Amino acid sequence: MIEAHRLTKRYGEKTAVDGLDFTVRPGTVTGFLGPNGAGKSTTMRMIIGLDAPTSGSVRVNGRRYAGHAAPLQEVGALLEARSIHPGRSAFNHLMALAHTHGIPRRRVDEVVGLTGLQSVAGKRAGAFSLGMGQRLGIAAALLGDPATVMLDEPVNGLDPEGVLWIRNLLTGLAAEGRTVFVSSHLMSEVALVADHLIVVGRGRLLADTTVRELVRQAGGDVVKVAAADPALLREALAGPGVEVTGQAGSEELLVTGLTARAIGLKAAEHGIALFELATRTVSLEEAFMDLTRDAVEYHGSTTGIEPQERAA
Amino acid sequence: MSTVAPSRATGPAAERPARPVHRVTGARVLRSEWAKMWSLRSTWITSGLGLLFLIAFGLIAAYQFRSRISSGRPMDRDFADATALGLSLFGTNFAQLALGVLGVLVAAGEYSTGMIRSTLAAVPRRLPVLWSKAAAYGAVALLLGTFGVFVAFLADSRILAGTRAAMTLSDAGVLRSLLGAGLYLGLVGVIGVALGALLRSVAGGISVLVASLMLVPGLVSLLPSSWQDTISPYLPSHAGEAMFALQHDASTLSPTAGLLVFVLWTVAVLAGAAVRLVRSDA
Repeated sequence: MIEAHRLTKRYGEKTAVDGLDFTVRPGTVTGFLGPNGAGKSTTMRMIIGLDAPTSGSVRVNGRRYAGHAAPLQEVGALLEARSIHPGRSAFNHLMALAHTHGIPRRRVDEVVGLTGLQSVAGKRAGAFSLGMGQRLGIAAALLGDPATVMLDEPVNGLDPEGVLWIRNLLTGLAAEGRTVFVSSHLMSEVALVADHLIVVGRGRLLADTTVRELVRQAGGDVVKVAAADPALLREALAGPGVEVTGQAGSEELLVTGLTARAIGLKAAEHGIALFELATRTVSLEEAFMDLTRDAVEYHGSTTGIEPQERAA
Repeated sequence: MSTVAPSRATGPAAERPARPVHRVTGARVLRSEWAKMWSLRSTWITSGLGLLFLIAFGLIAAYQFRSRISSGRPMDRDFADATALGLSLFGTNFAQLALGVLGVLVAAGEYSTGMIRSTLAAVPRRLPVLWSKAAAYGAVALLLGTFGVFVAFLADSRILAGTRAAMTLSDAGVLRSLLGAGLYLGLVGVIGVALGALLRSVAGGISVLVASLMLVPGLVSLLPSSWQDTISPYLPSHAGEAMFALQHDASTLSPTAGLLVFVLWTVAVLAGAAVRLVRSDA
């Protein structure tokens, strides 16, 4: 359980995290989504006390993280930036962390096995690939058998097999009743594992919702229909919960609130010829983009590749 | 109390009673820091170098002295009134660099690699980490330093037996000087750790360490002589030297005063490091 209350972090003029209120509950995977620079990593750093909030507070399992007698048993965290000494072997790294809590060597061997690091445990961590580094970070996060697992961009740099492994791991941890909090800037990735979503942009909370609710809010499914007599079709479709939009003079309409099948039947009933009838599903990615459009820190521009621009 | 009890029963511990409970303690953090230190190659190499400098330079100095005497050539001023003790401590200047630099690495290395995030996530109260690092590494530097100067002295007193520089452990002040030199090297190690933690940069820590131990005395000599006489004995390097010098005069501190001043310097840097560790984001 993670509870943030008016959590705020300012670096000079810049506000990285701006009055966040949210609760991450046990037993499910909660996705923490936002564009790059939205304040996800800063929030996670504040949760485990690496950064102190400018104002507000965040509690883990009912207490400030530093107030726990055995912090590694409360929260296991994988941070985005590498947090290992490259000169130390994976095993020694984990053992050093285990010593602080008196965690036995047996548990270190266990997490090494769990993350598939057996063959490289004795090698210097600096020689690890990105994927191996992530696995070591996850091994460290699981070391204390924590009630809350928090992972910042865990699939970064993993191969497809690794990505699948993470997904299964996360759902498994949640099924055991743990709190699982996982950040990503990719909606498609999170949607596969998360039930609950916390969406941030420019440090502000944009949505605290479920995956299904987010799609519904984004408008659900839209049916595009092209008809011989759009004005007549519009009248025929009108009803409670139905919204029809279309430009004057165009034979195309966009309909929400009715299925393609229902629209086809209505058109047949009124003898209107249809040229096109297609359901367009709003993808989660689109819903996410809609939500964060105004909050994207660094907008890409495509004008640079237009021929005219290049000539100039 | 009765209001607290029910809420406790619903805590995570109650949901998973089978889970063993581990706690962070000072002794465990110390053990962790000890394990961290010796699981890096740089520790073995640099501390080995420190010991090598201490013993090798002490031996070289003694051989040089003996060969000058037997050849009958005129002596340098530095060598003329040399003692076995002074010659055997010849390596401390170099050893203090190696041991101080390793101290900086022990602390600042965690910042340059990002390891500090793992460390502080495990010990979010933070200060035990600094105390443990300083204690673990300080003890290593103390033991290595003491061992090194004793080996150098015992070897040198054999090499120099029969010359006018000859000395034995039972001579007045010798034991105190050797222990003082070991203690000095141990405290230099602690200062290295504190500088590394304070500046969070390997390069910065080493620069300040070298500057304060080797460059500042030279700079102070540019000051008017009345200022110089007041300030000079209290500089870290001069106060430290007073801990292991055999002879003391009006311009130097007594061994005890030197120890006190040097300990104060150490405590000051360590306090600065503690404040920064607690106050600033990692």
